[in-house]
Amino acid sequence: MEFLVNQTFNGVTYGALLFLLAGGLSLIFGMMRIVNMTHGSYYLLGGYVALTVMWGGGHYLLAVVVGALVIALIGIVEWNSFLKRLSGQELGQVLTTMGFALIFQDLALMIWGGDPYIIPIPAMLSGSVSTGPFTFPIYRIFMVAVAAFIASVLWLVLERTRIGAMMRATVDDPEMARGVGINVFLISMAVFSLGASLAALAGVVAGGFVGVYPGADFEILPYAFVVVIVGGMGSLKGALIGSLMVGLLDNFGKALFPELSYFTLFAPMAAILAVRPTGLFGRA
Amino acid sequence: MTPGTEPMIGAVGGASGGGARGGAALLRPRTMGYALLVPGLVLAALLVAPPFLSGFLLTLLTQALIYAILAMSLDIVLGYTGLASLGHAAYLGLGAYAVAILTTRHGAGFWVTLVAGILLAAAAAAVFGLVALRATGVYFLMITMALGMVAWGLAHRWVSLTQGDNGISSVPRPTGLPVSLAGAVPFYYFALIAFVLAFWFLRTVVRSPFGRTLVGIRESESRMRTLGYHVWLHKYLGFVIAGGVGGFAGVFWGYYNGFVSPSDLELATSVEILLMVALGGRGTLVGPAIGAGIIVLLKNLVSVYTQRWLLILGAVYIGTIVYAPEGIVGAVREWHASTRRNRT
Repeated sequence: MEFLVNQTFNGVTYGALLFLLAGGLSLIFGMMRIVNMTHGSYYLLGGYVALTVMWGGGHYLLAVVVGALVIALIGIVEWNSFLKRLSGQELGQVLTTMGFALIFQDLALMIWGGDPYIIPIPAMLSGSVSTGPFTFPIYRIFMVAVAAFIASVLWLVLERTRIGAMMRATVDDPEMARGVGINVFLISMAVFSLGASLAALAGVVAGGFVGVYPGADFEILPYAFVVVIVGGMGSLKGALIGSLMVGLLDNFGKALFPELSYFTLFAPMAAILAVRPTGLFGRA
Repeated sequence: MTPGTEPMIGAVGGASGGGARGGAALLRPRTMGYALLVPGLVLAALLVAPPFLSGFLLTLLTQALIYAILAMSLDIVLGYTGLASLGHAAYLGLGAYAVAILTTRHGAGFWVTLVAGILLAAAAAAVFGLVALRATGVYFLMITMALGMVAWGLAHRWVSLTQGDNGISSVPRPTGLPVSLAGAVPFYYFALIAFVLAFWFLRTVVRSPFGRTLVGIRESESRMRTLGYHVWLHKYLGFVIAGGVGGFAGVFWGYYNGFVSPSDLELATSVEILLMVALGGRGTLVGPAIGAGIIVLLKNLVSVYTQRWLLILGAVYIGTIVYAPEGIVGAVREWHASTRRNRT
């Protein structure tokens, strides 16, 4: 029982982190079909930038905001100068974004070195709460709260605002969207930078408990892709359910079958794809 | 699928598809001459190279030959069929792990490991293909990536079989052959034979009606289906052949390196193989071989001089797409075509 509750809790909190990372990736996929290998780098660089802000005496919140903004800017530059010309060319996208990922990896190593760091978290988020025999770290509950908040905001914006309607139109049919006067260029750029900054946010949040370290970018990237594949590209609901599934599968897999843990993560995914190649909630 | 994602490689097919044989009848004798002369010269150069090279360069050249096999095998799927696979490192890893496990645990000889490595990789491709080939474009890419991660995850976590992150070291050189392959020079010729065999085999495949059908599918799947071809089966067989040849390369990689670890199967390796194909020129066999040679030499030589070689490698990735989207072979062809136009 205790095992079940603890693993479920860990799985859900990890799922929350994955949602922050993959929600934006899914929107980017859905709208622009860009295979972005740099997404893990945004996560890593977000953590490092936030860390630098805090080293400079900045508050945790300031670090979060600066991290997200800086990465959004990097995303805009990368998209504007290279990626927007590569629409429909998967191979070109993979190689270009991989090039950026390698460059960012090396720059991060140059600037921040090879040591792992933990981002210091505010006092009110440290510690834990106990109910009966269970103890839950507050920071992990905070992660779930952040993910829930972001998910609701994204949902409200997408479903209830004019800009959200434009975004959905662009996802459905960019050509028609352009035809009815939607500035697809601006919308795409906004979505790309939003996705990048959400990845950075995930990096900052993750930096509080797993830390920021070289290699985190390529470690987390496959997870983000798996969430997007399982949930279906461009679907917010899919990203949410996919994140929870992957978080839970990953935790239970690692606890129950340590030797086959990645297998228990990827095999159900393959099964889903065999039935629905576009993911649970994706459209072709 | 949105309209924008469909044509991908197909749109440029004319240049990268049939190659030299597509030219006008007048030009055929000349291109035929090239087609025999250049590979002949390259082969001759590779045959006489060892005495002129330092030990370091010779091992790099050996590595380049093995990676060339791998890159050429990927091009069956990427260049000829028009499907970007992001999990090709899995077959390299399966072949290499077959060698490492069979030699260190069971003392197996070369022929056993060769057959096991190829069969294991082809079997994996046969399973992966069932899942991946239900999709095209971005979805195919994502699914092959995830399947590649399955193989990586097993290598990484199935410690009792693979020794996890530590990898399997002290893999011996091939045994059970009439000659000893302990030295660098004999092993180089061994890899060269493998390369020539793989090149010959893949060339036979792509020039066969089967290979031409793959190109047809790349250009227009619906048209091939209308003509009565079993599109899925062709793609599937191409996918399995690519996996088997990838496993063939993996067997030699295991013997060459003497060490196998999960990093042989990681995502970055799969992307690197894609880069080799794209840099050399997809839809050809010579291109991926050239690309593999350049990347292997670049990686190893640049890392001797600077620690910042990842920056340079990253720039090569971006530069390839910006400046040579059709690869080196494509650029040479274009240059050829333009000089020909100027002359007439």
